[in-house]
Amino acid sequence: MPSAALLEVTELTTEFRSDEGTVRAVDGVSFTLEKGEMLGIVGESGSGKSATSLSIMGLLPPRGRVVKGRVTLAGTDLVALAEAERRRVRGRRIAMIFQDPMTALNPYLRVGEQLVEGPMLHLGLGERDAEERAVALLDRVRIPDARARLRSYPHELSGGMRQRVMIAMALLCDPELLIADEPTTALDVTVQAQILELIRELRLEKELAILLITHDLGVVASTCDRVLVMYAGRVVELAPARELFARPLHPYTAALMRSLPSLDVVPAGRLETIAGLPPRLDQPFTECSFAPRCATVHDACRVRDPLLTEPEPGRFRRCVLPVEQLTRNVR
Amino acid sequence: MSASEALAVVAGVTALGGVAWLPPRATRVCGALFGGLVSFAVARAAWGLPAGALTGVAIAALLGRYGPPTVLRRLTFLVPSLLLLVFVTTLLMYHAPGSPFAGEKVVSAQVEAALRAHFGIPKSAVEFFGIYLRRLIVEGSLGPSVKVQGRTVEALLGPALPVSITLGLLALMLASAAGLLLGVHAGLRPSSWSDSASTVLSAVGLSLPSFVIGSVLMVLFSLGLRWLPVAGWGGFRELVLPSITLALPYAAYIARLARSGTIEVMNEDFIRTARAKGLPESAVVLRHALKGAILPVVSFLGPAAAGIMTGSFVVETLFGIPGMGQWFVRGAINRDYSVVLGTALVYATLVTAFNLAVDLAYAWLDPRIRSRP
Amino acid sequence: MTDQRSHAREPSHRPSARAWRRLSQNRLARVALGVVVVMTLACCILPALLHLDAATTHPAFRHQPPSAAHWFGTDGLGRDYAARVLVGGQTSLAVGLVATLTCVLIGVLYGAVAGYYGGRVDEVMMRFVDFMYGIPYMFLVILIMLMFSESARGNPVPVFVALGLVEWLTMARVVRGQVLSLREREFVLAARLLGAGDLRVIVRHIVPNVLGVVTVYATLTVPTVIILESFLSFLGLGLKLSWGQLVSEAVGVVNPIAFFWWLLAFPSGFLALTLLSLNVLGDGLRDAVDPRGRR
Repeated sequence: MPSAALLEVTELTTEFRSDEGTVRAVDGVSFTLEKGEMLGIVGESGSGKSATSLSIMGLLPPRGRVVKGRVTLAGTDLVALAEAERRRVRGRRIAMIFQDPMTALNPYLRVGEQLVEGPMLHLGLGERDAEERAVALLDRVRIPDARARLRSYPHELSGGMRQRVMIAMALLCDPELLIADEPTTALDVTVQAQILELIRELRLEKELAILLITHDLGVVASTCDRVLVMYAGRVVELAPARELFARPLHPYTAALMRSLPSLDVVPAGRLETIAGLPPRLDQPFTECSFAPRCATVHDACRVRDPLLTEPEPGRFRRCVLPVEQLTRNVR
Repeated sequence: MSASEALAVVAGVTALGGVAWLPPRATRVCGALFGGLVSFAVARAAWGLPAGALTGVAIAALLGRYGPPTVLRRLTFLVPSLLLLVFVTTLLMYHAPGSPFAGEKVVSAQVEAALRAHFGIPKSAVEFFGIYLRRLIVEGSLGPSVKVQGRTVEALLGPALPVSITLGLLALMLASAAGLLLGVHAGLRPSSWSDSASTVLSAVGLSLPSFVIGSVLMVLFSLGLRWLPVAGWGGFRELVLPSITLALPYAAYIARLARSGTIEVMNEDFIRTARAKGLPESAVVLRHALKGAILPVVSFLGPAAAGIMTGSFVVETLFGIPGMGQWFVRGAINRDYSVVLGTALVYATLVTAFNLAVDLAYAWLDPRIRSRP
Repeated sequence: MTDQRSHAREPSHRPSARAWRRLSQNRLARVALGVVVVMTLACCILPALLHLDAATTHPAFRHQPPSAAHWFGTDGLGRDYAARVLVGGQTSLAVGLVATLTCVLIGVLYGAVAGYYGGRVDEVMMRFVDFMYGIPYMFLVILIMLMFSESARGNPVPVFVALGLVEWLTMARVVRGQVLSLREREFVLAARLLGAGDLRVIVRHIVPNVLGVVTVYATLTVPTVIILESFLSFLGLGLKLSWGQLVSEAVGVVNPIAFFWWLLAFPSGFLALTLLSLNVLGDGLRDAVDPRGRR
């Protein structure tokens, strides 16, 4: 079957070496992303979502390594590429924006100097042309007085403006895929909404595929086409957003949604949390990774580590419990 | 210590502390004024009164208009600090046993009184301070030397100053270059040969007094291999050993600072952003990392310069170099007050000037500092 | 329900326990510590134990190279050099210790007060420190030495004090920085909310947390002070018998004809070894207390 997918991640597995042993931060993660589609990757800290994005970009720290799997961008396997080739893809075809715009921008360089690097390198533009392009894009992301802003330093801008600069910087070379790692976490709520709105607009304008990584279900609900839920480094559920929120098929997803306070339901008592801690990732799993914390755990769950199944078309999950038993527990 | 002396010290320290309370405008005005004053004094010594006055006014105006706040703050401290320095040094010398006039021959009270009047060295420290200041401001002179008959301190220090400055600057440049190269390389590739080399350098540089290193070098290269002259001052070859000796401990320290600075910067988020843009590693290091990595080195350069200037005492003695260090030591031993004060003033001014340059460099490197008062 | 997959019982999280663990894992630092201890013991005990005589001159045996009779040779007056090096070590180490203690006392007090009270008090106190920093330290030391000169030739206390008075600046700065950041931490606020007075807060909460930094810098101050003293000896202002003194004497007799290598080698070697070990130990302590510096 010919695949129109822009990005195909197959059995991606990444390990980190530490003094105490080897940690498997990403374990057999697979998904596809179409052109112009927005996929949200959701999970707690330590679930492997950031590690996944870094693996795709090839930006793992020296102690990390992709040990298995393929990452294909329009047919080319990125993992197999030499570093020089990889660099040509980075910033040009895949761009990434990070969580904290204060530390992600270089405080010692002017905004303009940081913006023009990409176009000058990847598109061969001269400095003047690159600046014009930058000003145009800064205007587009609604930064007032864009030309003057080129000469500003990052610390002279507000948090929201800095994140817009980062977005502009990422889009300057017209990438096909944008990876946004917690782009709104460090921002105020009102600014968050503006940035998300901006990302949505740009996505429609440029037919950009976006991988949105976040721990915030609310952000995902309002913007993403499909949602991928990660736990302990693996995919536990993958579904179109609307369906996921209406009817989660994995206990973890359900528990996540239950722990979100809702505006229309009067709280009956204490806020719900998920008891326990995320598991250690340095040993292979002999049972379901979520079993120690699952509200609907059965003996069948402890036999072995469940595989990813597709009980309904387009909906994937990693759980042995029958679907009907599950839906009973969700409100 | 007499009551008046104690009072004067307290007043001086209070004045110094009081500078902290000045509002920004006053700081700007004072800083500019003091900067102008010191420039005037130096220019007058070099080029005469009219040129001096012109320089002083010009510098004061420039500073008042364009001077960065940190620089002006430092300058505001300058004159009170110098005054306090002179006073405290005077006090220390006056309270040390011995006097300039106690030599091999015992002098009678009358002769001593006459000598004291001639040289302007009364028995009271406070009086001496007054005479010294008056002479400095009105005549622009650092006073006569007691031990070297007939010569003023300026005449003695004049030829010695360029020598010390040359040696000091050369040592500083050597230390910075070697330290930075080794340190940054070690920081980029920990556990490589440069990491081991910089560790060895630190070991040698920081664990041996410089005169030991100097003597070993001297024995090796001058006496043993006869490649370089043993001592003295004249041309390029005489500079080699002393500057290396002086530079070594600072090179070691700078290498460590550069190494840790590089490691810290490379772990920063914006380096990851630069890589995410697909920049080649050389651009990431040179364009993005370097400025931040050398910041700790730059701020160390101030104390380093001060240290090099004092370390030069020992190196100058060892290699027989006619610099300012020997005048200070000799003056101290001989109780030649004006010589000691003169060298102290020159040193303190040099150190401050250098610290100012470091402040400016730091502000240029780190734009976040520029806006803070 | 056994939680075999969740985090196992973690060893103690207390900062001092963690620091100890890191330090004991640092092999180089342990070696360094051993060297320092051995050196101190050797210098203090060996001369008495082996009945070594550092003072008696034997004009017949001047400038003898090392031999069975004199392990380190003899000096210009025929004195046993091994004895002189070891006894000199006592002085140098004592200087390091006492001067550092002085500097720790003054620096910690000054820095703690400045850091704790903050605001204008802190500003004034730190301006004074800045001013002192502007004075080249050799100046101060030489001048102070002068104040005690002839009468003090035998008396080491002024030297200790002079050296300590010069190095307290760094200690004060470091302590002040630490106290400033500690002051804002929640546990201090909690203590005060519970009614603890200033003194109690300082003694029970701040001082223990400052000890780590103080230990690190104290360990790094000792070699600085010892080197300073050797500078003084070289200029003729130091103590009568110390490593610095021996080295400067050795340098003084350097001439193209005969090079008495043992005069320079042994005290320099001991000096270098001790200082190197102290530096390595200090670095190890610093890494143990704040490992962010090392990757």
